[in-house]
Amino acid sequence: MRVMVMVKATKDSEEGLKPTADTAEMFVAMGKFNEELVNAGIMLSGDGLKPSSQGKRVAFDGPSRTVIDGPFAETRELVAGYWIWEVKDMAEAVEWVKRCPNPMPGPSEIEIRPFYEMADLAEAMPPEATEIHDRVRDKIKDR
Amino acid sequence: MAATETHQAIETVFRIEQARLIAGLARMVRDVGRAEELAQDALVAALADWPKTGVPDKPGAWLMAAAKRRAIDALRRDKMQAKKHDEIGRDLEGERDTSVEDLEGALDDDLGDELLGLIFTACHPVLSPEARAALTLRLIGGLTTDEIARAFLSNETTIAQRIVRAKKTLRDAGLSFEVPRGQERAARLASVLEVIYLIFNEGYAATAGEDLIRPSLCAEAQRLGRILAAALPDESEVFGLLALMEIQASRLGARTAPDGSFVSLMEQNRARWDQLLIRRGLAALERAEALGGADGPYALQAALAACHARARKAEDTDWKRIASLYDTLREVMPSPVVDLNRAVAHSMAFGPEAGLTLIGGIEQAATLHSYAPLPAAKGDFLFRAGRLAEAKTEFERAAVLTCNEREKAFLLKRAAACDG
Repeated sequence: MRVMVMVKATKDSEEGLKPTADTAEMFVAMGKFNEELVNAGIMLSGDGLKPSSQGKRVAFDGPSRTVIDGPFAETRELVAGYWIWEVKDMAEAVEWVKRCPNPMPGPSEIEIRPFYEMADLAEAMPPEATEIHDRVRDKIKDR
Repeated sequence: MAATETHQAIETVFRIEQARLIAGLARMVRDVGRAEELAQDALVAALADWPKTGVPDKPGAWLMAAAKRRAIDALRRDKMQAKKHDEIGRDLEGERDTSVEDLEGALDDDLGDELLGLIFTACHPVLSPEARAALTLRLIGGLTTDEIARAFLSNETTIAQRIVRAKKTLRDAGLSFEVPRGQERAARLASVLEVIYLIFNEGYAATAGEDLIRPSLCAEAQRLGRILAAALPDESEVFGLLALMEIQASRLGARTAPDGSFVSLMEQNRARWDQLLIRRGLAALERAEALGGADGPYALQAALAACHARARKAEDTDWKRIASLYDTLREVMPSPVVDLNRAVAHSMAFGPEAGLTLIGGIEQAATLHSYAPLPAAKGDFLFRAGRLAEAKTEFERAAVLTCNEREKAFLLKRAAACDG
């Protein structure tokens, strides 16, 4: 099964990357962890995200659309980085996350969410919506 | 409830560590079966200790230490027994216990390539491909005998016996469990790649409604391919095979219609292809080519798969490139089926006459004698060349040969269309 593993933001990550000894150490530890994930054949991709001060939100309410500039307040709900893993089950994903070095200088959280699979979507999506979604996915293809 | 959770966590940790554990132990005791028993002993010890102490920081190291203690205890016991039988009565305390020290030394080595060594051993050419596949899934994939049996549409007893025999063969062969080097590596690596692709194809052949363990073989093979690619970053064919599997797997979600029937490549809804796997596959192919392995059999097949993956629509397919890749593939991997596919590719690239010329050369091949795709392809070439009466005969012949009802209906429809 495919999962997204999200590193949740903290006060530190929201302040952006700083060239400190702590940061350097974290990068080394994280590099080693990534290497383990690759050696075990479970890591498909992963990236880090800039602080929410560089992000934007669009709020929806009926027909209205309001753009909100970052930074956003509820730090713990923000995402600072993610991986995509292919694992056998959630238990395996949990075990691997436990092995991750703490990605932040202070307390932090990592959240694991399984991807929807074709079969899950087939139940919820009407055929005409499936058709549109297929068309869209086709257009956003790389090549 | 907490106890069950701990229990589950321990089993998961064990599943993750199992392959490396067995690999390290096998190198020590030179016996896969014995290594597996020692690993199981370590699991039993963990199940007894961890609920009280919690899961240790380095569970893999803990399990290895527990298994190692067992191995050393057993060795000491054997030695004692041997001494008693000897009746020489030398003082055991004063003597250097070399094998125990060797054992400890072996464990302190950098075990970086131990897993790779186990993969090479499980895929050793002294074993049949079926035995290699079963053993690899058992030792490296961590599948149970029952799971392997269901995956290969076999029964548990057969698979259990196959694995027991394989372990015995390996023990009798007195292997070193090391990663082969130099010239030997090429031959041994081919055997490993063959097994991984066999596992992948078994999963790929699974049809809707079958036990879900079957399609999961694809994921298992891809994982093995990725492990191998990480461990052997300079072997082009490893990346060729990985690319081939990632690109083929990218279509898994698109090749089954809602009613469970098979959808052919050219008819698939390409929006359903998994773009993440395609990107990974194309990157692996690039790596294989950069390593100078563009003409390897797996890299060539991956390059063929990539031509389809790159085409946004079926009509955009670069048939000239496909035709030229088949020209090379038949040199490095000659087979009548490759020749037939080559004829089809040439007909798509250069017109039906080109296909007819090439198919003329393989029609007599004994292996294709009752192979439905042959007359089906020829019928298609003739149809496109406007030779309708001959096309009709070929389509009808193909319809008789196929066992697939849907395909039969399709071919008969094409035959009927020849009447104009």
